[in-house]
Amino acid sequence: MQYAISILLSGVSLGGQYALIAIGYTMVYGILRLINFAHGDVFMVAGLMMVYLTASLPLAASIPLVLVLTVLLGFIIERAAYKPLREAPRMSVMISAIGVSYLLQNLATYVTGGLPKMYPEIPGISNTITIAGAPTKVVTIVTPILVLALVAALTQLIHHTKVGMAMRAVAKDFETAQLMGIKINAVISATFVIGSFLAAVGSVLYFTNYQSIVPLSGALPGLRAFVAAVFGGIGSIPGAVVGAFIIGLSESVIKGSSWSIFSDAFTFALLIIILVVKPTGLFGEKVTDKV
Amino acid sequence: MKKTVSKSAWATLLCVAALLALVVILENVLDPNKNIMVFTALKKGAVYALVAVSMNLLNGFTGLFSLGQAGFMLLGAYTYAILTIPVAQRDAVYYIYNGSAINFSLPELFGGGAFGLVLGVVLALALGGCVAAAVAWLIGLPVLRLKSDYLAIATLGFGEIIRAVFQWDKLGPVTNGANALKNFPTFSSFNITNGSGETVLRLSTFTAFLLAGACIAVIVLLINSTYGRAFKAIRDDEVAAEAMGINLSKHKRLAFVISSFFAGVGGGMFAMFANQAQAKTFTTAMTYEILLIVVIGGIGSVSGSCIAAFLYVAASEWWLRFLDAETFIGGFKVPLLRNGFRMVVFSVVIMIVVLFFRRGIMGDKELPDLLEKRRKERAK
Amino acid sequence: MKKFFATLLALAMALSLAACGGGSGGAQPSGGSGSGGDKVVKIGVFEPATGDSGAGGKQEMLGMQYANKETPTVVIGGETYSVELVYADNASSADKAPTAASQLVSQDVSLVLGTYGSGCAIAGGPVFGEAGLAAIGVTCTNPGVTAGNDYYFRICFLDPFQGTILANFASEKFSAKKAYLLGELGNDYDQGLLNYFEQAFEGEVVKDSFPPNTSDFSTYLNKAVAEGADVIFCPVSIAYSTQIVKLAASMNLDIAILGSDTLDNNKVLDAAKGSNVKLYVSTFYQEGGSPEFDEGIKAWLAEDSTAMTNNGGDDTIAAVTAMGYDAYYVALEALKAAGSTDKAAVKAALPSLQYTGVSGAIAFDDVGDAIRDTAYIKTADNAAGAWTLETVQTAK
Repeated sequence: MQYAISILLSGVSLGGQYALIAIGYTMVYGILRLINFAHGDVFMVAGLMMVYLTASLPLAASIPLVLVLTVLLGFIIERAAYKPLREAPRMSVMISAIGVSYLLQNLATYVTGGLPKMYPEIPGISNTITIAGAPTKVVTIVTPILVLALVAALTQLIHHTKVGMAMRAVAKDFETAQLMGIKINAVISATFVIGSFLAAVGSVLYFTNYQSIVPLSGALPGLRAFVAAVFGGIGSIPGAVVGAFIIGLSESVIKGSSWSIFSDAFTFALLIIILVVKPTGLFGEKVTDKV
Repeated sequence: MKKTVSKSAWATLLCVAALLALVVILENVLDPNKNIMVFTALKKGAVYALVAVSMNLLNGFTGLFSLGQAGFMLLGAYTYAILTIPVAQRDAVYYIYNGSAINFSLPELFGGGAFGLVLGVVLALALGGCVAAAVAWLIGLPVLRLKSDYLAIATLGFGEIIRAVFQWDKLGPVTNGANALKNFPTFSSFNITNGSGETVLRLSTFTAFLLAGACIAVIVLLINSTYGRAFKAIRDDEVAAEAMGINLSKHKRLAFVISSFFAGVGGGMFAMFANQAQAKTFTTAMTYEILLIVVIGGIGSVSGSCIAAFLYVAASEWWLRFLDAETFIGGFKVPLLRNGFRMVVFSVVIMIVVLFFRRGIMGDKELPDLLEKRRKERAK
Repeated sequence: MKKFFATLLALAMALSLAACGGGSGGAQPSGGSGSGGDKVVKIGVFEPATGDSGAGGKQEMLGMQYANKETPTVVIGGETYSVELVYADNASSADKAPTAASQLVSQDVSLVLGTYGSGCAIAGGPVFGEAGLAAIGVTCTNPGVTAGNDYYFRICFLDPFQGTILANFASEKFSAKKAYLLGELGNDYDQGLLNYFEQAFEGEVVKDSFPPNTSDFSTYLNKAVAEGADVIFCPVSIAYSTQIVKLAASMNLDIAILGSDTLDNNKVLDAAKGSNVKLYVSTFYQEGGSPEFDEGIKAWLAEDSTAMTNNGGDDTIAAVTAMGYDAYYVALEALKAAGSTDKAAVKAALPSLQYTGVSGAIAFDDVGDAIRDTAYIKTADNAAGAWTLETVQTAK
């Protein structure tokens, strides 16, 4: 029983963290039709920045600073690496994303010297509590609540503000939106800002739980979150969240079973099955090709 | 028109033959130890060139965005290794599993010696390709119905699944689990030695070039055939191609299977280069490396992929290596230089190429095209 | 456009020339002091400085660098040579190892030391073999490194030995009836040790593997608790072990964690500090084994900030550092015994070599493996943040 609860807890907390990254993937894809491969690495860089900032600054100052810097990083990446390729074929942009991811990983290796870095303890959410006999950190409980709150706020933003409306319009039809006088670049930047902000929040939650950071730390959560986004129907925010929780829980359950070595493989098998059965994911919109 | 085509084909063939001859001469004239970097880079470049061209066939010529290349290489590498490890070595290689479940070795089946080696290695490579192709056919059934990015993700996932399966403990007697397969014939086995074990004729780099060259030649022939034109039509406009009577699913599957076949052969050659086959080397990062080569060379250019493969390997693992060493010029310590800097510089170079030279080195042109154009300009 | 590519190509050529120049002249020893003669003998250092074994590789190199600083010259055949260390980073990856190995061959080194991580040693080994260059493995414990390769030697114990020792220790110390084994999927080092542990362990085992780049180990540790395991054996690389130990600390895990030589690292010790984690590791060297060496290297770490960073920010001496130190002296002995810098002579001198270093006596058997029958088992003193010697285990 205690074991079952601990698996459930771990699944829910993983799901929440994946959800925060997955929203970034899904929003960017919704608007640019771009798989932003660098997103997982932005997440990792946010974690590393925290490590370096807390070395000289108090926690209360470093957390907001990390959020701001990560947002800035996301913005710069978009302007430097994706904007010049707006008219290029989609594959070029995707490759540019892979290039950025490669660059961020190599930079992190260079700066850290390849040594694992320890994420600082954050008072309050780093503490250990026991739920029904299963020990866990407070952050495990905080994560899903925070995720739901952020998603609710994001949905409000998208449905009831001007920027949100512009985002929906651009996602629906890029060119028409442009013709209607929407400033495409501003909207895209806003998307990246929101995505990076959520990734930074996700990194605080994730690395508080799993404290050691290496340059490849972002790769696996990034990939999983992306799978979650596709699973839930890429472009759809509720889909990404539902997908993330499903992926997180199933990962945790598989790890707990005797088939644990296939936990990665299972995630991808699930993805392939859903893509074949329902190619646009759980909540994805059906797109018809115009000839 | 027809005459010029055959003329340029002859010229290309001649150039390739000259290149192979040059490789043999260089390999036997230059000191093998002092210049080992040249030959290592050339060997790895040849292997990567083949894999990059096979990926280009899919991504550049057919317009199917697949990221499963490392998975197919893994299949080829393991098939090659399992079929060619000498029987006497099997207990040592599979030491954890007390010997292998498969107890024959192709080169030995063909009677050993030089003849057995050549035949065994070629057959094992081809079988490696066939295994990759067969698996590609199977997963192509569901996966090829997906479009662009979704296809990319599904094939990427497939690569991860394959890797986990090959690392599975229960399959240990066949795949050796997490341990590397080794002691099989490598490129160096093709060096000819005399009775006392001294090398009299070095053919290792030549072998890599010959194998890669032959495979690439087949791909080029395919691209220039009716099938190749159909592939390009699908790339340019799927709907229009279908309207012209091209069977989409059949041609897509064909391109996927053929590309995987050559990726499998390339995987076997990669094992020959690396002296071992281990599932953990065939990661997504490897697929990305190959994809970058394709892009740098120019999507849709075979010669571009080849040139880029050599440049990529040489730059990342050889030319830029000095950036990793702390260097002193006189008493002055050059700033920034330390471990890891090489890869930072390298990734910046890649970003520059991707952003500012979007069409890569060759665009979608081939080397002969460029020469032709120059000649025409001069004629004017 | 075309002109640009011409420039690009020219640039590439220039770079390649620079690389050749840099290769032969650029890698000066950073110590620099006290050069003995004009003659230079080069020793190749084939170690990962990046990738997942980067941290361990750096600590191993520290031992060599310190030894090189301590003894920068060697007398070979009556002449004094200054020793130059030539580095090649194999990036902890088997597909980059052959090129790194080739790099060392091309720079005309007399012999090679390394590498941390058996996978890279196995991939690089044939390159050395083909070039007739002897390599001395420092801490690569997989049997496959030296088996079938005449040119690879090693000065550390092997995985079958280490696995057996730890299994015996688990039975003796904890009277363990059930062990939970955890390793990285597809990592030959982890899986090999798990296998040997399983063979030697008399009780029941539960075996698990996690996929590469995993950070969430809570399910695995909870499974160990649920299965009622008496010990957890996780011979995983440094990044994973810090994660596991940290998690165990926050869960207040009561089960003892056994680790192999990779866990003997300051970062792991750091993770356990101030908690109730029971951490035991088997290793090659225990601080205090040679007070002279301990003091010397600590003083060096204190004055060289780069070295300190590479050691993980404090001056706890990792066993791999001591092994790197010994390896350097074994290399010098080999050069002396050979009486020349010729690599064939060095290779011929190695099998009969005997040397007593800080980590114990070193001699090679027919395969090229060190004849060793002792391993130290240390435990983490979580209050002080240091290792204390638990027991010395010998093979039965």
